[in-house]
Amino acid sequence: MAHKSTYVPTSSFGKWIDARLPIPRLVYDQFGVFPMPRNLNYLWTFGGILTFMLAAQIATGIVLAMHYVPTAEGAFDSVEHIMRDVNWGWLLRYSHAVGASLFFLAAFIHTLRGLYYGSYKEPREVLWILGVLILLLMVATAFMGYSLVWGQMSFWAVTVITNLFSSLDSVVPGLGTKLVEWIWGGFSVGGPTLNRLYALHYLLPFVIAGVVVLHIWALHIPGSNNPAGVEVKSSRDVVPFHPYYTIKDGFAMVLFILLFAVLVFYAPNLLGHSDNYIPANPLVTPPHIVPEWYFLPFYAILRAIPSKLFGVIALVASIGILFFVPWLDTSKVRSTAYRPVYRWFFWAFVLTCFALGYLGSQAPEGWYLILGRVFTFYYFAFFLVVMPVLGRIEKLRALPDSIADSMSRGKKRTAKPAKQLEAV
Amino acid sequence: MAETIQDTMNSDDEPTRRDVILVAAAGFAAVGAAAALWPLLDQMNPDQSALSLATTDVDLSHIDVGQAITVMWRGKPIFIRRRADDEIAAAKSVPVDDLPDPYARNANLPDDAPASDENRAGKDREPWLVMIGICTHLGCIPKGQAVGDNRGEFGGWFCPCHGSQYDTAGRIRLGPAPQNLAIPPYNFVSDTKIKIG
Repeated sequence: MAHKSTYVPTSSFGKWIDARLPIPRLVYDQFGVFPMPRNLNYLWTFGGILTFMLAAQIATGIVLAMHYVPTAEGAFDSVEHIMRDVNWGWLLRYSHAVGASLFFLAAFIHTLRGLYYGSYKEPREVLWILGVLILLLMVATAFMGYSLVWGQMSFWAVTVITNLFSSLDSVVPGLGTKLVEWIWGGFSVGGPTLNRLYALHYLLPFVIAGVVVLHIWALHIPGSNNPAGVEVKSSRDVVPFHPYYTIKDGFAMVLFILLFAVLVFYAPNLLGHSDNYIPANPLVTPPHIVPEWYFLPFYAILRAIPSKLFGVIALVASIGILFFVPWLDTSKVRSTAYRPVYRWFFWAFVLTCFALGYLGSQAPEGWYLILGRVFTFYYFAFFLVVMPVLGRIEKLRALPDSIADSMSRGKKRTAKPAKQLEAV
Repeated sequence: MAETIQDTMNSDDEPTRRDVILVAAAGFAAVGAAAALWPLLDQMNPDQSALSLATTDVDLSHIDVGQAITVMWRGKPIFIRRRADDEIAAAKSVPVDDLPDPYARNANLPDDAPASDENRAGKDREPWLVMIGICTHLGCIPKGQAVGDNRGEFGGWFCPCHGSQYDTAGRIRLGPAPQNLAIPPYNFVSDTKIKIG
């Protein structure tokens, strides 16, 4: 909620800067006393975690770029050079690679939280759209970053994904081929392709950072949504961001970094594919091409469609459809907690994402292909059928009058000790 | 002054000299911006050094009947197979109408040439098959060049990525690939030598 500034500079320098570039006022208003709903659960800590992950990826990425060589001849060797020779190179590279995975893990949880609690609903549509844009930019950045290793999986992932554009040949003959050659800078994936993917991989994180600023700006106009999904009505509903949520976010971040550290130090290659430790070879295709885990659901959707062009369209639509969620969902309430029927469809959607993820890692044959089509159908039906239809006909549970009311009702229902509530 | 501009913009009268200047200036700026943008986009197209590698000579004298070799042309693998008589016969026995892709996809022939074995094989050199060894589905390299490779049901090539199967004329027979393996522009310089590109 855009609230009136209460910042009063005390020191003489504080007054001097406040009249010129009021950054202390901005920080105080937006991250100090900023009124937050008092009932946020731990799912609301992923915004902070994601900001940390972006910063960590940029920091490790910049130093890796000081040692990486973006040529077809030098790329793979320079990555091994980083692993073996560069001081702390192994730590930097493993942090960057595992960091990408955890960045996506946090982004998926953050997105599903927004879906569950209706955080995309009026007046937060622009906030949501900016979030989907960030997700798309993350997908592009991660794909380009993965290609830079120039191992077998890198090379063939680039080949398969860039070849998706050649499906445009079936719309305008020759257009797809021309576009793919433009992307490649040649007649196949090669040195020029790698070099431009590197340039863009360095650029996009800063674009993401810019959109993150807009995302937070758009968040701070209406303020955070909350698990009850009712708007803040009085000062009884809110607590200041600091110290309540700086501490809560900080605690969740520590736990998340703990998971990060366990993976980096004990299982750095757990989420990667061993074939990417084989140098890229344009003459030999690996027997089984699979993307990183965070792309598997989308890959399964691509392969579930028997037509090349429509497979590509479905792939793009699988994320693109999120842009339209604020208007696809016709329900009057935000939080799924008050939607007893929708809740089942929601968890079926989450199950579908996991199922598609598993199917994306399997060869598309027999039952796997059939199941892939069934789950792909539900993936889109959830957005295009369940959201618009169920929102109109569902019988809702009674909404609380206010956030404060939702918490006292929760106390009565579950008989939680009052002490716990006071702490919030 | 501001009032004058306001009046000009709100009037439904004939275009004024100011309108002409505004449209001309905006149009000129748009053309200039587009012209400046073109080098920024065109630099990504294949460069002169890539284009200069456009032809490759290949010596075929060491390839025996039934053998295949792979050479590189424009960074792409080129499959060259010297087919045995039974492989040619198998390819010829299939009616073109039964093929998923009825076109020859031969850069040396018109686009609508049918996918008969004559149109796929070397001109007047029936045993020779020269193709770009890239699956037309998503760009993987099909198996079938090396001895012991899985050549699929039709004895040609088998793509391990998504299971496309090609016959002994490199035509798609089963699987998701939409087209026959492409045949690059090439010609026989002599009996034992071809020039690709």
